[in-house]
Amino acid sequence: MDFVFEIIVTALLVISGIFGFVGSYGLVKLPEPMTRLHAPTKAATLGVGAVLMASMIYFAWFGDHLSWHELMITLFIFLTAPVTGLMIAKANIFQQWTKEELPPTGTGSGWATLSDGPSIMDDGADSRLTHEGD
Amino acid sequence: MIEYALLFAFTCYGVGLLFNLYRVVIAPGVPDRILALDTMTINMIALLTLFGIRQGTEMYFEATLLFAMVGFVSTVAYAKFILRGNIIE
Repeated sequence: MDFVFEIIVTALLVISGIFGFVGSYGLVKLPEPMTRLHAPTKAATLGVGAVLMASMIYFAWFGDHLSWHELMITLFIFLTAPVTGLMIAKANIFQQWTKEELPPTGTGSGWATLSDGPSIMDDGADSRLTHEGD
Repeated sequence: MIEYALLFAFTCYGVGLLFNLYRVVIAPGVPDRILALDTMTINMIALLTLFGIRQGTEMYFEATLLFAMVGFVSTVAYAKFILRGNIIE
């Protein structure tokens, strides 16, 4: 039975290593800032997730007790990774494009990073301002 | 067998950290640097967990959690500074 768990932990560690390497390599290799945003998400989800699962299984079987600490870190990273991705994407939009270059959003207001949000007390003033070119 | 897998994973994340360092130093824009720093904290979390497995101790859990939390807050603060020129308005 030890051998089975050894193989599981080894496989998880190798998978995690490959994904971590691919994430960091994509950061250097990919051509544009918005495409570079894509690569480290692999390292953040699959890489770290696999290494934390390997740690959990290792300490549950080869250590003395089962620990749920790693799940906490996994949960935290899975919750925060989309937020950091969104913030960096917004910074990219803010630095790369002007308001006219971006495609239309299909709603009344423009892109949130580059224009004011719709007013809560909308009496039609915002749409009039849009028609008159702000 | 686990030792070799640990060595492989250590190598992968170590080379990944070097790639990130390259991207922090040589980057076309500031958001790329922020992204590279964020990936660095992710890689450090994995490295600390690997080190904990290697040493057979769970003592590094607190350090890992600190890296995760401070990395997230610093990344959001950097991005917020680029967007608004201010962090807490």
